[in-house]
Amino acid sequence: MLIIQDRAIVDDSFTHLDDDTPIPSAGDVTVTLSRLQSERERLAQHTGRVGVRLKSDQLPTDVAAELPLLDLIMVEFPKFTDGRGYTTGRLLRDRYGYQGELRAFGHVLRDQLFYMARCGYTSFVMAPGRSLESALEAFNDFSQSYQAAADERRPLFRRIAR
Amino acid sequence: MYQYDEIDQRLVEERAAQFRGQVARRLAGEITEDEFKPLRLQNGVYMQLHAYMLRIAIPYGFLTSRRLRRLAHIARTYDKGYGHLSTRQNIQFNWIKLVDVPDILDELADVQMHSIQTSGNCIRNTTADAYAGVARDEIEDPRPWCELIRQWSTFHPEFAFLPRKFKIAVTGAPDEDRAAVRFHDIGLRILENAEGQRGFEVIVGGGLGRTPLVGEVIHEFLPQASLISYLEAILRVYNLFGRRDNKFKARIKILVDALGAAEFKRLVDEEWALIKDSAIDVTEEELERIRRYFIPAAYEELPSSDARLASFSLGKDRAFGQWVRNNTRHHKVPGYTIVTIAVKAPGQPPGDLTHEQMDALADLSERYTQGRLVVTHAQNLVLPDVKTEDLPALHAELLPLGLATANAGKLTDIICCPGLDYCTLANATSIPIAEAISARFDDVDYLNDIGDVSLKMSGCINACGHHHIGNIGVLGIDKRGEEFYQLMLGGAPGNDAAIGKILGPAFAKHEIVDAVDRVIQRYLTLRESPDEPFIDALRRVGLEPFKEAAYPDAKKDKRPAASARAASATTVAAPETQGT
Repeated sequence: MLIIQDRAIVDDSFTHLDDDTPIPSAGDVTVTLSRLQSERERLAQHTGRVGVRLKSDQLPTDVAAELPLLDLIMVEFPKFTDGRGYTTGRLLRDRYGYQGELRAFGHVLRDQLFYMARCGYTSFVMAPGRSLESALEAFNDFSQSYQAAADERRPLFRRIAR
Repeated sequence: MYQYDEIDQRLVEERAAQFRGQVARRLAGEITEDEFKPLRLQNGVYMQLHAYMLRIAIPYGFLTSRRLRRLAHIARTYDKGYGHLSTRQNIQFNWIKLVDVPDILDELADVQMHSIQTSGNCIRNTTADAYAGVARDEIEDPRPWCELIRQWSTFHPEFAFLPRKFKIAVTGAPDEDRAAVRFHDIGLRILENAEGQRGFEVIVGGGLGRTPLVGEVIHEFLPQASLISYLEAILRVYNLFGRRDNKFKARIKILVDALGAAEFKRLVDEEWALIKDSAIDVTEEELERIRRYFIPAAYEELPSSDARLASFSLGKDRAFGQWVRNNTRHHKVPGYTIVTIAVKAPGQPPGDLTHEQMDALADLSERYTQGRLVVTHAQNLVLPDVKTEDLPALHAELLPLGLATANAGKLTDIICCPGLDYCTLANATSIPIAEAISARFDDVDYLNDIGDVSLKMSGCINACGHHHIGNIGVLGIDKRGEEFYQLMLGGAPGNDAAIGKILGPAFAKHEIVDAVDRVIQRYLTLRESPDEPFIDALRRVGLEPFKEAAYPDAKKDKRPAASARAASATTVAAPETQGT
């Protein structure tokens, strides 16, 4: 499946396992938070990369202890009007210092990408049927931002003499 | 007045370009109406009954003559020739074509205006005391703080998809709250402590709508420099924990009410402890940069004109005298006066201005008040800096424009939503009722005898007309397909904040104006003196006498228990602490 990662269209290397599918011996996988917690030891030994999928009501504190294990955190936006994931992204970056890949999935549309990127998201699974090429343009909607966020820790007035 | 630098300017231009693309993609069918809706809302475009409505931001209500002329041009070119001042100090155009909106946004950007975040589940236009910068009772001009909040909240990436809309108001006048800060998601009052330091009293969770609540104080004296980090902490707690399952339970007031103010405050303080004193808070240099734009323009050195103003109000020209008495207010600079233009002429929808009136007001503002105008939350306009000696000439010029109505703060200075005539949500008409009340109480001597009383009306429970905080509130409801009107008394928006109490069964459309009239008659007979305003008399005697007057045919003591409860509930004790 094609996704947007670091502002380019790439193939997703991860297999997204549901809770009943056995963990393969190798390869990149993601699991739900509950499976991450219940099969922690096993996943720590996994030879491929490991990621977790968070629901929109699961908080960064729920996953904070597992961060050293994780190469990817995926946060679901069940409806694009559900904005909790923006705070989740900022807290993972700003508060917990997570530096791996942060991916938005679910009802992800072009017009959210600018904000998501500012909140620390680096990859995006677009909603079905959406043009990824068109979506890439959205990162350039605005040339400047007033506030601090995960991508830029200083507000405008600390960056530029106005 | 804040002036855009090239960065501010580029951002509004980029926003207009972004929306042009979104409209094109919508028209090409690349995005669904459901997906387009939040995008257009965040640009102030609503789908109304007959057409699209465009709400244009007037940050904290402050306009210049140049911007007002541009609004006149938009009314003339893209609408039916008029605009509607809103209770959030913005302006709305009710007959807009979607395909024209990108062009309108370009026209607005050209004069440093926009419609960014005037709707949608995001941080809306911050409102302020309409007398900001000129009021005698102000300890600090709140507008630089409003501008700081405007910039912080504009395209804030974390808070663009909140559970529900979010409104902030600021006042710098501790003794008289003219910004209804206790009825906002966040209300900020600038205070000064015994050491002469400034801080904000932070009030959270107030609001009207279906669940009217007076806000709760969660910080009694926030150091001013910490404002942004504290706001960010509040918004973050709300974004994570505000309800998203039911839009009628999604405002922050419901969260504050459910958790209790103490627990909400604890969550905010916990979050704030981790982000305060960080780079996100404003620097002294940035604050100074913004403040420079609000330094008052040159005033002439003039003697005090308080006596002059008093003599004007008692002069031979009665119409002028009444206007001075009702529509002016002392200015902090000697020799100057604050003037309210009541956009409430009899027979006109409250807050409606024609393009001719807008152009004429722009001219007048340049000649009389240094090109500055303010939209008030009472849907009027303020000319903030008029020389007192110019008042007779100004009044003479306002008369032929139909803008010299001498009713500011009086019964016919009605706040009113667009109602069933325009709005898809409304259950009942509101503008025709407002017009009928204006016609009934047309006599200015009679209005003055009645004195200061606010009447606010909404056409549905969403309460855009703020009926809960009118001394007299009218709410339109639907009863089996017919329009009915509830009457409530005792609401107040200011330092004595209170939510009105329903008087009894709703009135039919042909009865409501008479009912208001009977309530007013009863007030006139029971007041202790002409100096006792309506709201004071009501608080002294309670609801019962007014109830008897409003329902003359009702059997006495039919429901004694209910009456007793209602009566005791209204001897209310302001400020009221909690609603439903």
